[in-house]
Amino acid sequence: MMGYNFAYLDEQTKRMIRRALLKAVAIPGHQVPFGSREMPLPYGWGTGGIQVTASVLGQQDVLKVIDQGADDTTNAVSIRRFFARTAGVRTTTHTAAATVIQTRHRIPETKLRDDQIIVYQVPQPEPLFRLEPSRVETRRMHGLADYGLMHVKLYEDIARYGQISISYDYPVMVNGRYLMSPSPIPSFDNPKMDRMPALQLFGAGREKRIYAIPPWTEVRSLDFEDHPFRPINAPHPCGLCGATDSYLDEVVTDDHGGRLFVCSDTDHCAERRAAGHVGTDGVKEAAE
Amino acid sequence: MSDATLLSARGLSLTFGAVPALQSVDVDLWPGELLAIVGESGSGKTTLLNVLSGRRAPDDGAVWYRDPAGRLHDVHAMPAPALRTLHRSDWGFVHQDPRQNLRMSVSAGGNVGERLMAQGARHYGSIRAAALEWLEQVEIDPGRIDDLPRTFSGGMLQRLQIARTLVTHPRLVFMDEPTGGLDVSVQARLLDLIRSLVARLNIAVVLVTHDIAVARLLAHRIAVMQRGRVVETGLTDQVLDDPQHPYTQLLVSSVLNA
Repeated sequence: MMGYNFAYLDEQTKRMIRRALLKAVAIPGHQVPFGSREMPLPYGWGTGGIQVTASVLGQQDVLKVIDQGADDTTNAVSIRRFFARTAGVRTTTHTAAATVIQTRHRIPETKLRDDQIIVYQVPQPEPLFRLEPSRVETRRMHGLADYGLMHVKLYEDIARYGQISISYDYPVMVNGRYLMSPSPIPSFDNPKMDRMPALQLFGAGREKRIYAIPPWTEVRSLDFEDHPFRPINAPHPCGLCGATDSYLDEVVTDDHGGRLFVCSDTDHCAERRAAGHVGTDGVKEAAE
Repeated sequence: MSDATLLSARGLSLTFGAVPALQSVDVDLWPGELLAIVGESGSGKTTLLNVLSGRRAPDDGAVWYRDPAGRLHDVHAMPAPALRTLHRSDWGFVHQDPRQNLRMSVSAGGNVGERLMAQGARHYGSIRAAALEWLEQVEIDPGRIDDLPRTFSGGMLQRLQIARTLVTHPRLVFMDEPTGGLDVSVQARLLDLIRSLVARLNIAVVLVTHDIAVARLLAHRIAVMQRGRVVETGLTDQVLDDPQHPYTQLLVSSVLNA
């Protein structure tokens, strides 16, 4: 597009962000400060992710953007169109065809490969922020690997509810050293981060922090020996494609208690249906 | 420096502007011993406690701590992570105001268990068992394990703080006026509790108090401070029954039946 640099950001800004990314990759899970720029979308809509994507995007890349697993929601469509216009890169909705995937709140069901990069949009990079209000103190805790407080939170959950009640943004230990917020992905997706072949980058625009998990890095969800980590998912198959191993969204279909559970990953669901898998509600749909 | 000391300080000096808070103070503490630091307010007691525990650096002098393996560590030359590890395992600190130490939005059990979890305990059942045991030890109804500290009385908060501090079996505990601000009957029970726990667990304690009666009841040895100097030190009964320094004489005579 005329008047803009490739992928919107100027080269000096990209250089600054790439430096932060290199440092983040060198220290897995450590939050690296960076000079976050004003972007043409509001804070909370993915300003961090969009800056990281702009900095790693090349002319040959194929971009996929998802929001809560879906390719067709406002946020995903807008960011995908933004890069199609400012960088002229090819875009796709197929996980396997993409080289860079920007995501909000999900990791695709399709296993990622070592030639792919996944960029997470992060609203709050500090996993301890609800427990310790002082940033000076949380930085010291990260520096000294003093994470007893996070386990106090898990202890409180079990004492109060009989189980760990965190269902999203479930804290993880990266490479056995840094406590990290995985961004608000469901805890169902946490195991996918462990030893993932793809490079994982995290950008928090408002909080001005970047962090990363290099490929094949150990990512462990915090738990107790007698209360092991248990990913939460609805105990149903997908109504459209019949998948039993994907993360499900609950959709209210009428005001008589009607409910439909469908894959939150729209690409995964569409591919399964194209391959001939049909769920209980999918059959009905076809008959109508 | 005697071979057996747990904590030794030599020549500690610290000034706040023109005010000398500490003037060449020497302190020795042996394992299992309870040392009381007494003196009027402003005499440097709390400052000495903060310097001994590594929370504040002195202008001059050094504090040495002997770890369980017998190695000596210069407390103020220690790297920050090592000092922090020391503070959450081998050492404890009991504040006058328990709210400074406790997490008021975390249940009693979570408060007691935090130091265990910070040390790497990862078994919920055993952490909870330890918390229950310690609540019992400090005479808090175990049925209140899931209650928030803000529902506790002042005396219970102080006992909860002691449980939280002692759960890791520290060898050395610093106490800053642990009975301050409590009414007399609660004070008496708390003193009794501290005395029995310290004796049973063989914990060394540095206790700061302005109350001579507290010192007489608990301490093996006593150090009297005035204007940043230790003016007299010795066995508790010896110092209180036969004070040598004029200031100590004044202090003892000003307390009825001390």
